[in-house]
Amino acid sequence: MAVAKNKPASEPAAPSRDAPGIAEFSKEQELTSYREMLLIRRFEEKAGQMYGMGLIGGFCHLYIGQEAVVIGMQMAIKTGDQVITGYRDHGHMLACGMDPKGVMAELTGRTHGYSKGKGGSMHMFSVEKGFFGGHGIVAGQVSLGTGLGFINHYRGNDNVSLTYFGDGAANQGQVYESFNMAQLWKLPVVYIIENNRYAMGTAVNRSSAQTDFSKRGLSFNIPGIQVDGMDVRAVKAAGDLAVEWCRAGKGPYILEMMTYRYRGHSMSDPAKYRTREEVEKVRTEHDPIEQVRARLLQKKFASEEDLKKVDAEVRAIVNEAAEFASHDPEPDPSELWTDVLR
Amino acid sequence: MAELTYRDAVARGIAQEMERDNDVVFLGEDIGKAGGVFKATVGLYEKFGPLRVRDTPISEQAILGAAMGAAMTGLKPIAEIMFSDFFAVCFDYIANEFPKSRYMTNGQVKCPLVVRTGNGAGSRFGAQHSQSIENWAMMIPGLKVVAPSTPLDVIGLMAAAVRDPDPVIFFEHKSLYATKGEVPDGEIVDTLGTAKIVRPGKDATILALALMVPRALEAAERLKAEHGIDVEVIDLRSLVPLDTQTVLASVARTHRLFTVEENPRLCGWGAELVSIVADEAFYDLDGPPVRITTPHIPLPAADILEDLALPNAERIADRVRRSLEG
Ligand SMILES: Cc1ncc(C[n+]2csc(CCOP(=O)(O)OP(=O)(O)O)c2C)c(N)n1
Ligand SMILES: [Mg+2]
Repeated sequence: MAVAKNKPASEPAAPSRDAPGIAEFSKEQELTSYREMLLIRRFEEKAGQMYGMGLIGGFCHLYIGQEAVVIGMQMAIKTGDQVITGYRDHGHMLACGMDPKGVMAELTGRTHGYSKGKGGSMHMFSVEKGFFGGHGIVAGQVSLGTGLGFINHYRGNDNVSLTYFGDGAANQGQVYESFNMAQLWKLPVVYIIENNRYAMGTAVNRSSAQTDFSKRGLSFNIPGIQVDGMDVRAVKAAGDLAVEWCRAGKGPYILEMMTYRYRGHSMSDPAKYRTREEVEKVRTEHDPIEQVRARLLQKKFASEEDLKKVDAEVRAIVNEAAEFASHDPEPDPSELWTDVLR
Repeated sequence: MAELTYRDAVARGIAQEMERDNDVVFLGEDIGKAGGVFKATVGLYEKFGPLRVRDTPISEQAILGAAMGAAMTGLKPIAEIMFSDFFAVCFDYIANEFPKSRYMTNGQVKCPLVVRTGNGAGSRFGAQHSQSIENWAMMIPGLKVVAPSTPLDVIGLMAAAVRDPDPVIFFEHKSLYATKGEVPDGEIVDTLGTAKIVRPGKDATILALALMVPRALEAAERLKAEHGIDVEVIDLRSLVPLDTQTVLASVARTHRLFTVEENPRLCGWGAELVSIVADEAFYDLDGPPVRITTPHIPLPAADILEDLALPNAERIADRVRRSLEG
């Protein structure tokens, strides 16, 4: 398998020559992806504001810039498939269809948050929606996601596990223990490496001897491709390919998503390790939402008016979530002792 | 004399030792160029350069394993594990390798290294980034364990830890990084295994560590002001070696013992202290020893719940008063 050559961290994301051809989206798909990505973007902006106002405490890792990754992947899976990720998890939860009110209320530490306020930003789950967290230990979720693949294999269903982790997480040992096991047992796991070029303040070329993460499974014979993670169509196409591979019982697949986070690592990170110009360049040339927006208008799938309406609807959902999360009661002190053990 | 934050004291303590000894190296995630996630190591990379201050990949096992390999052969590494919760990710080195090196090699292989780590709660980080795990380290034979509560102690105990021939686990408390204290100029070197009486008193002894020290002191002031109860507060500073003399002598004067622990209740360090006092000074006690701890639960993210979980001055004072009056 040929793989695209290494890209230095300072270059903008570019599609790999090995990625599958990008199928044009239908009107329906363009509109859906636009709306869903916008929901994540606005939700995260609001979470950032609420953090600034002191309504949210602790850690808060925003997903702004990376929206096309989860939305494209979500468009490639079906009910019963599982999703698991690390602490940068708000986008994944919204993509899985979890209630923005419940997510925001967890961020504010309230009673009707998904974990009753006990989990916080990094630790939320919805078994109903197939979302298995929300994990604070970098790369811890990679082995868990492998286990999600194991149950699909064991039950003999054709579901797959989408196991997300970052470029920084890719340097943890259990990632490779998991790769080996998944390939050995032919487990249906799509390992999605969200390469946003930084792990906290460390650029990938300062932490990784092999910065082409799609190659990280080569010694286990796990196929991997680099994908333009800023183009939701490219993500969907790669997702289809990988998911189909897994459903067919051929084992795991690695997708390296070339993406970018616009904000600091968490709300407390001023991101001094990169230039404003670098961020600006990605924003203006590769923004995942702007790309869809431009196509929608250009193909006359929607008018400015239509998009304004979508915008307003999304804002209303986010405002409602924020309102809810600001007024939902604080958890009862007795909750300290619930769900420790049964 | 200068006023220094606990955070700046970490950088000063490390710098003092790196200046003194070229074999001291420092490694960890985002500790160099970024100055540490808690900004406790700002300036070290610029001062000592990338050979001695190394930003590592996110690979805790390799960080500690490499630190030990280098320590076995002559370097004196200081390794950072960003949050103490991540000890669980690399516990093999902490539990099986460092502490057994001297013992299993007939004393040939020494492991003179320091693992420093951000311990404790108070920042609403939730169950996987807030734990107090000093008891995890204390339970392993072959490790030394310190946990300073002031900037001065940070520098002095860091020096003692780096110069010590054995592996030392150095717990910094995340909620103390912003606190300030007076620190004299010049070299500061302290001694491991020495507790400090930070407030003398005659009615009861309170043992505390790290963030629980200022809370115990506040409780002591309240008890004095509101109830005329005069408690002695001891900052243990070091769990291994443990300064039992200072503790036993205090109990012999006050006849009552309280521990204030942030670690969860079962097998917390206070249980060990109570057991030692019961063994060695049972007849000095006028009443049952009392442990004030975080309950035996994972830590919640929500602020009101986290505040409820940790011992605070009010809870400490109340518990001590009820116990002494009861
Ligand atoms: C075991 C462990 N080590 C270190 C950390 C601290 N930490 C949290 S996020 C992070 C960076 C991870 O970067 P990456 O995997 O690229 O994900 P991104 O934040 O870019 O989404 C680090 C070092 C942690 N939470 N867990
Ligand atoms: Mg990253």
